[in-house]
Amino acid sequence: MIRSLLSHDLPRSKLLAALLIATVLGLALTPFIFPGTKALNVAAKILIFIVLVSSYDLLLGYTGIVSFAHTMFFGIGAYGVAIACSRAEDPGWGTVLTGIGGALGISLVLSLVIGLFSLRVKAIFFAMITMAVAAAFMTLASQLSEITGGEDGLSFKVPEALRPSTEYFEEPVLGAMIDGKFAAYYLLFVATVVLVLLLLRIVNSPFGRVLQAIRENDFRAEAIGYRTVVYRTLSNVLAALFATAAGALLALWLRYNGPDTSLSLEIMLDILLIVVIGGMGTIYGAVIGSVLFVLAQNYLQDLMKLGAGAVEGIPVLSQLIAPDRWLLWMGLLFVLAVYHFPFGVVGRLRLGAAAKARE
Amino acid sequence: MNTTTTTLPAPAPDAIPKARFDWKPLLLLAAIALVALPLVGNPASWVTLTLAGLAMGLIIFIIASGLTLVFGLMDVLNFGHGVFIALGAFMATTVLGAMGGFTASPSLIANLVAVAAASLAGMAVAGAVGLAFERVLVRPVYGMHLKQILITMGGMIIGEEMIKLVWGPQLIALPMPEALRGALWFGDVSVEKFRILAVLAGLKVLVLLLLVLNKTKLGLLIRAGVQDREMVESLGYRIRRLFVAVFVGGSALAGLGGVMWGLYQQGVTPQIGAQVNTLIFIVIIIGGLGSTLGCFVGALAVGLLANYIGFVAPKAALFSNIGLMVAVLLWRPQGLYPVGGKQ
Repeated sequence: MIRSLLSHDLPRSKLLAALLIATVLGLALTPFIFPGTKALNVAAKILIFIVLVSSYDLLLGYTGIVSFAHTMFFGIGAYGVAIACSRAEDPGWGTVLTGIGGALGISLVLSLVIGLFSLRVKAIFFAMITMAVAAAFMTLASQLSEITGGEDGLSFKVPEALRPSTEYFEEPVLGAMIDGKFAAYYLLFVATVVLVLLLLRIVNSPFGRVLQAIRENDFRAEAIGYRTVVYRTLSNVLAALFATAAGALLALWLRYNGPDTSLSLEIMLDILLIVVIGGMGTIYGAVIGSVLFVLAQNYLQDLMKLGAGAVEGIPVLSQLIAPDRWLLWMGLLFVLAVYHFPFGVVGRLRLGAAAKARE
Repeated sequence: MNTTTTTLPAPAPDAIPKARFDWKPLLLLAAIALVALPLVGNPASWVTLTLAGLAMGLIIFIIASGLTLVFGLMDVLNFGHGVFIALGAFMATTVLGAMGGFTASPSLIANLVAVAAASLAGMAVAGAVGLAFERVLVRPVYGMHLKQILITMGGMIIGEEMIKLVWGPQLIALPMPEALRGALWFGDVSVEKFRILAVLAGLKVLVLLLLVLNKTKLGLLIRAGVQDREMVESLGYRIRRLFVAVFVGGSALAGLGGVMWGLYQQGVTPQIGAQVNTLIFIVIIIGGLGSTLGCFVGALAVGLLANYIGFVAPKAALFSNIGLMVAVLLWRPQGLYPVGGKQ
């Protein structure tokens, strides 16, 4: 049962399996174990990033394509829900589905066009083109203020079942308030589980094997008879659709969307950092990486604030561990990871387990 | 021996046809300008816009030339190139800030001395950081495109944070020196004084680059290295050293471009690198990766188009670059002046 749910792609390392189980349990029980809005927001962000990053892993890790337009599709998903819901007087599920459907359609067409136009060229070329396209899209989103709310973004209502004001029980159950926020969290959780299992299914299918073959040696894959452009484009389209879904989840959770929330280059950098640190080409890497990264982002900065307070007065050091310099350390970690840790956390654990099994 | 030589047919004068210069991309520039004329309507404004566009294009060219050179020779696309631009711009704020007496004086000479000092400082710092960047980050990943993209992106993050560490995260104003403010008027045509300086600087860089690349032995080696690296190595030249020199040179050019760009924008933020990165990527894609002349034409096209469209339809100006890129790629998928042996 579990074997087929995971598409026969088992963790292959006891420690990794334990980490994954802990992650799933932790995320499933967050509203009960960690009360408070901050913990719930962090957990929701982890869930959204798991979907977003694992979809990027399909592109970068499995197919070897570097795209900087992934946040564009993330943003399309978020704007799809945001625009549909902000237009409706009393948005229901139909409104949300319309928004998601429209967003998926736009992402499909856009990713297909980008893929067919530019995936014939070298990796470096594609990376540059997507970067330019993403920048243009961000400008577009902030300029079309009648539709997107411009720089201010859009605040909107969600279907009644997900509104924080909706209370299902008067009293807290097991320490958690069963309200609309609670329902929204579990919607996110279920959607994330389904989408990640679907991605696992895709990468472990024959189609996924072709993608890996293209990543390893596209010339040989072409020679065997696979139309690599078609496969690359399909990979691009699939990744875009999953990113759109992640964006829709983000909008449903935040009940707000703006250019900085879903389109900024910083999110793109976060995605890259998480994929590399978690381990490229594993999908599980996206899960572990997202947990580590989002937790670090939210709690390490608090720690750094304490540290900076402790060394206050020492000129350079206090500057270096000021919480604003958090990204500096992530950048260093990123560079070191690419050099010395090319398989990421998950790859490392698997290699360790494989070495032990051989002994 | 004599017989063999006599039997050889004398080589026809056109046996090796001389590479014919490709004029079409230059015609593209003329076409853009001509199409813009009726759209703008007023000839005086058109001349003003054209001159402004050419000046902007030359600044962009200074920034982008180093990147395209590095890509052409080393096959390294430096996603961290923006850091050097930002470094140049921030050095300009420091140097010009320190030379307040020179910038505030109405004398053009004093102003130019200050700008020159800022440019030299920007080039020196960007070049030095470029040297470290090449040694620490880029050197281990030659030939690996995927890792190059990731590593230089990481370098970009670190560089931007270090800049925030030194200069702070907020916008720093970079006022124009006194005598460079305002515009000169020729009848109805106005030319901003700073743009004249930008044109002079850009042309100087272009001429210098073309001279070095085409007339010196160093340039010969660089061009040969772009075409066929192994051949140059097997002839006994240390191409690695050439790499480092070109990388440092490219970084220094970016620093100079940063100084000009900062003055042009009259303010500098740490994000300037990431913003400019997109622009210069578009320029070198349009020009054909690795081609200096293509970079020049691409930069001018971007500058001209931005100014014309900014005048005719300001809202559309933000997308003029991407539209131009798509159009050029549809026409010539390898860019305007594709470099042989690449792609």
